[in-house]
Amino acid sequence: MTATQTPHPVAPNAPTTADERRVPRRRTAARQEARTGLLWLQAWLVGFALFTAFPLGFSLYLAFTDWNGRGTPGFVGLQNFITLFTADPLFWQSLEVTGVFALIYLPLSLLLGFSMAMLMNQKLRGVTVFRTIYYLPSVLSGVAVAVLWQFVFNTDYGLVNWLLSLFGLGPVNWLQDSAWVIPAIVIMQLWGVGSSVIVYLGGLQGIPSELYEVARVDGAGFWSTLRTVTLPMMSPVIFFQLVLGIIATVQIFTQAYIMTGGGPNYGSYFYSLNIYNQAFTNLRLGYSSAMSWVLFVIILLITLLVFRTARLWVYQPNERK
Amino acid sequence: MSILANHTQTPRATTQTDTDPPVGTSMRKKSIQSRIVSYVVLVLGSLAFLFPLAWLVSTSLKTQDQILVYPIQWLPDPVNWSNYVDLFDVAPFGRYLLNTVLLTVGGVAGSLIGSSIAAYAFAKLRFPGRDVFFMVMLATLMVPSWATLIPSYVLFARIGWLDSFAPILVPALFAAPFNTFLLRQFFLSIPNELDEAAKIDGASTFRIFWSIALPMARPALIIVALFSFLTYWNEYLLPLVYLQSDDKYPLSVGVANFIGLQNQDFALAMTGAAIAIAPCLILFFIAQRWFIQGVVITGVKG
Repeated sequence: MTATQTPHPVAPNAPTTADERRVPRRRTAARQEARTGLLWLQAWLVGFALFTAFPLGFSLYLAFTDWNGRGTPGFVGLQNFITLFTADPLFWQSLEVTGVFALIYLPLSLLLGFSMAMLMNQKLRGVTVFRTIYYLPSVLSGVAVAVLWQFVFNTDYGLVNWLLSLFGLGPVNWLQDSAWVIPAIVIMQLWGVGSSVIVYLGGLQGIPSELYEVARVDGAGFWSTLRTVTLPMMSPVIFFQLVLGIIATVQIFTQAYIMTGGGPNYGSYFYSLNIYNQAFTNLRLGYSSAMSWVLFVIILLITLLVFRTARLWVYQPNERK
Repeated sequence: MSILANHTQTPRATTQTDTDPPVGTSMRKKSIQSRIVSYVVLVLGSLAFLFPLAWLVSTSLKTQDQILVYPIQWLPDPVNWSNYVDLFDVAPFGRYLLNTVLLTVGGVAGSLIGSSIAAYAFAKLRFPGRDVFFMVMLATLMVPSWATLIPSYVLFARIGWLDSFAPILVPALFAAPFNTFLLRQFFLSIPNELDEAAKIDGASTFRIFWSIALPMARPALIIVALFSFLTYWNEYLLPLVYLQSDDKYPLSVGVANFIGLQNQDFALAMTGAAIAIAPCLILFFIAQRWFIQGVVITGVKG
């Protein structure tokens, strides 16, 4: 083969043979790297398969069965979903409680977090102290916080009613009145707004000062600067906060479970409380799986909706118009 | 940028000098006013944010009688430290505390190991389907924990893991989306020339990971450790579901059960809450800048 090719076989052929040798070696090196990569990926993939994908598939199957955890699940077709949507007032009640809570809490936390971040984005002395104070409560969570706020909202000895009494108001039966229990939990959740403040503050500090300069020179006042510079530049951050906020808010559990147990009169019977009770109190594993899948689909739909509308209000600097 | 600024500024600069004195003073007055308003709002807000914590500490230092005193005694007189001793007599809070520490140490260690390995694979190793896997991982953020809880419970019950820490700590070993995302960002910022050079010197993938990537991602590791600490220290649902015997309960379940049993003993309840909160507060004051950096990078709730 080499002999018939050229009168100078050595010189031109040397690189060819080297290339021939290098190509497969490079390929094996790539294959080797891919093998290593997939091996390292197991740190996520195995967990994903065992603790997310498999349970998700299994609960989808359970959603079509009637099962109390013993024996084999009995297939019932769409019965769980039919019961949920047509014959279970508690399903609608818990959906409503969760929806109302999210509709009050999410806009308020956005408004409060954003305006506090705006306040702190000024050149004021001592801003870092305020930042610390506002951020502090958001590292606290869970049972201890719920217990604390249960007492803060106590009708007779609580902090909130004491404050109201200074202005001659109250007392309010915060946790025993179905009209006040959702506002109470909203207030408690807003205590943790500090982390959004930090996120917004980080975003605000990233806005180039030239943009404000231009707006000022153009004679733009506070509101028009907010509308034409600050909000468009912050819209990706707000978008991200909104998506994460929705996903977390519809799953809220510990606060209500500890403070009210879902009461009074199912006034704080959040959707996840309903799932928990169906699964671990009533042992209706099929039914509660159906409920959890309804929640999953709701989250997917809302997220999709938010992503779809993002084109209208989220500023994308690299987008061509 | 400077060109743009100059261009728009020049014509106005002249008009401004004409009317400068009145506009300047009124604007300065306005800015002082808005400054004062800002401070008042910020101070009032801070008070509102600190009140519940002050109240928590104050109540935990009172006797039952002092709690009922009206108006509120912010500084209890006399200060009653006995709640912090009594609490450990009425329920095995020492045991709860130990269990919480064990769960937290295990959870933090697991999170660091699993997430850093997976993040390194996503950032630095080339293999087919890598970016698809990464998208899948981010998409799992949308899966509500409720949709996986019931089958996981059934699974762990079948293999006899109920009433042990395993159902909480074994999943912790595998990469969680937020931690992995954060660490991946840091690994990505390491220049490729650095690992190439190490590779040419014959260093193994693990060697490069261990002695180049991990040290450079130290800030991210600290952030992951801090947030995992908060997660596992405060975790309530998983211990509630998986643990059954009193001597395995962590603080969260212990405090919750204690409230259920003695609904009226506010002082002891607040003491329990204070003990559960204290380590998070201390950690916050030690590592505040890392917390803030972590929140800014990931946009996660703390």
